[in-house]
Amino acid sequence: MLDDIDRRLLRQLQAAPDLPTKELADLANISAASCWRRIEKLHERGVLLGRRAIINWRALGYEVEVSLRITLDKTQTQAFDEFLATAREIPEVIEIQTFLGQVDVRLSVLARDMGHYQTIYRSKILTLPHIADIEALMQVAEIKSAQGLPI
Amino acid sequence: MINLDDTDRNILRALADDATLSAGEIGRRLGLSQSASWRRIKRLQDSDVLSGQRLDLDLQKLGFGVTVFLGIKLATKGRVSLDDFERAVIAIPEVQTVQHVLGLYDYRLRVVARDISDFERILRRRVMTLPGVGNVEANVLLSEERLIGPIG
Repeated sequence: MLDDIDRRLLRQLQAAPDLPTKELADLANISAASCWRRIEKLHERGVLLGRRAIINWRALGYEVEVSLRITLDKTQTQAFDEFLATAREIPEVIEIQTFLGQVDVRLSVLARDMGHYQTIYRSKILTLPHIADIEALMQVAEIKSAQGLPI
Repeated sequence: MINLDDTDRNILRALADDATLSAGEIGRRLGLSQSASWRRIKRLQDSDVLSGQRLDLDLQKLGFGVTVFLGIKLATKGRVSLDDFERAVIAIPEVQTVQHVLGLYDYRLRVVARDISDFERILRRRVMTLPGVGNVEANVLLSEERLIGPIG
């Protein structure tokens, strides 16, 4: 299990993933060598999966992000698998989530502007298999996005 | 907005998968010199295409067994109630993300909890007591995939 020092390391890393080991060690009040070993161990145990670069889509001209909440036709046994496999092929889809609740699947879709979104929606989204119902939420602003876990 | 060539796209793909790769390592993979690779990464950072890093953690192994998305409709609207709601919701530690949306709901929240009863506690004590909160819809996350996106 994780001890307090592991938790402290993860908290610091969540806030600043690119912190050098030496600085991280100082913040957690341990030696650089023991800090490095602990990080290695968190990797080995699969707690720490990696560090990913965040791509800022606005800087690449993608101004619109739409969240599509989709209900599938569950009378078709292959509905989930076929829907997901096809949705994965759409480059503008950046996130696919499945749920237990009123919504079955949610897709996050990027577009350059509303005109581009409409093109994607008509030619790529509405043609996805087994859709029973679809609802769109347009993202206006991200109020909190740190995704920090309360470790 | 900056234009990307195929090499830039490959750099973005590599770093989106593993941000710890050095300029030298990326250069070796893509057949670039270390300095050429460094210059390209620097340009992507300066133009804010690469805007930081995120830590990828296994939630289950950290004891967060449940992730729930909440759709929240405010009961009363107006400048003041939005500000009050946002200030209060940001302060809840279990709320990972808050998005202001247009459509069926006003806000979309991502909430982590240890288990369903822990989630019930958060929902009753923290979320339902938020200022101005109206209708709340909950959907429990079963699976999640992040895709690379329209890099081209």
